Amino acid sequence: MAASLSAGCGVGAAAQTAAQTAAPSETLPLRHFTVVLDAAHGGNDPGAWLGAGDSPSPETQSAMAEKAVTLAMSQRLRALLVARGFTVIETRQSDVALDEDARATVANHAQAGACIVLHATEAGSGVHLFVSSLSPAQPQLLLPWKTAQATRVAESLKLGGTLNSALSTAGRDGESSLAIPTTLGRTTLPGIDSMTCPAVAVEVAPLRENAHGGTGKVTSAVDDADYQTRVLNALAAALLAWRSEAAAP
Amino acid sequence: MTPRFQKILFVVLFVSSVAMTAVLVRLRERAHDRLLQGDQTQGTSAPAVAPLEEVTMMVADDMTSTLAPETIALPLPDEPQARARSLLNRLLSQYSNAHSMHPLPTTTNPVEAVFLMPLSKTAPSHAGSVRDAAQSEDRIAIVNLSNPFAALHPSGLETETLTVLSICATLHANLPQVTEVRFLVGGEQQATLHGHADLTQTYLTAASAAASGAQP
Repeated sequence: MAASLSAGCGVGAAAQTAAQTAAPSETLPLRHFTVVLDAAHGGNDPGAWLGAGDSPSPETQSAMAEKAVTLAMSQRLRALLVARGFTVIETRQSDVALDEDARATVANHAQAGACIVLHATEAGSGVHLFVSSLSPAQPQLLLPWKTAQATRVAESLKLGGTLNSALSTAGRDGESSLAIPTTLGRTTLPGIDSMTCPAVAVEVAPLRENAHGGTGKVTSAVDDADYQTRVLNALAAALLAWRSEAAAP
Repeated sequence: MTPRFQKILFVVLFVSSVAMTAVLVRLRERAHDRLLQGDQTQGTSAPAVAPLEEVTMMVADDMTSTLAPETIALPLPDEPQARARSLLNRLLSQYSNAHSMHPLPTTTNPVEAVFLMPLSKTAPSHAGSVRDAAQSEDRIAIVNLSNPFAALHPSGLETETLTVLSICATLHANLPQVTEVRFLVGGEQQATLHGHADLTQTYLTAASAAASGAQP
């Protein structure tokens, strides 16, 4: 099931100041196709607390920090992508704190063909994809740091569509009931807004029964190994398709 | 040896103090009696309230990541800022219902205040900008969320984004003059709602109708 997320509010242009600049990247040859994986949060920023029911908290024994889940997913996805011939760069490989500018700097220096920012949550169901809500802009020699993504928003939307399609058809053996519910929306994302690569935020939520009420019974938790494998395999397949598209004349 | 006139003065002052104390105690008792009598004779009719008005709430749904319009009747104050605050508190309180599609914990008065300020559409250096700003009907809404609301809000990109968009879209639906929204938490600027949704940006409500995936 795919749905479009409401982008009820856009980001004010007045707030998009040019404190720093970033150079746009060009489309790269296939053999140099780089993917940047950004495991959100880290260090003293644990992100959400997951896996302890609907009101998780750090006091709950079974709670997991989002930073640990995103790092684990990043490492698993890296292995899948390297096996498929990608060059993969992770913004963090351990539990360290990184601010949004540092993450964007890593992505921009890599001149990546795709940037995937990984999040996890207890709210909602399935996988939530987000693309920057910046309005598309023409490439320039020097780009405002806070709105550098504007020149790549069109590509980010295409990448989001590719990921959405792969996740929505990720059912094992073609069973539609096993497809991962996926939503694609746009919002303001400080880290992604400064990236000069096609970039999508991927937020993994538990799978829930399609019951009334936003807190339907959880059928697969975020840390469920089988569920994570399905999501990450779908992401790897989507990036493979994305690389093929980028290589096409 | 204490002079005689000082002894007389001390006695007079002491007697005056005792007399004044007695008078004050008596006055207090009489005031208390009057208060109780007033409580008992106070009318029991309902206080006057504003008439019910139809308003549109843009209600978030976590399962589909959409906003759906929901029309309800509410008594709203006339003053625009109080009106906006009542609307948003009503919107956010309904998310704490048992069957909410965008479940949020219950908090008292999640929106502490809404300030509506005129928007200047021209650069300050332009001639006539002050007049333009004064004549423009466009307003920026500064929404001051309470600290408990932000602290208890579920953490996540989608859920936080939907809350922000729901607030923006509801303001846009009921107060069309509000074209921009900024957020504060506990009276101060905060980077995110609860780790994800960016609260440092100005959100434009004007594009919401066209750009949203709101279900009709």
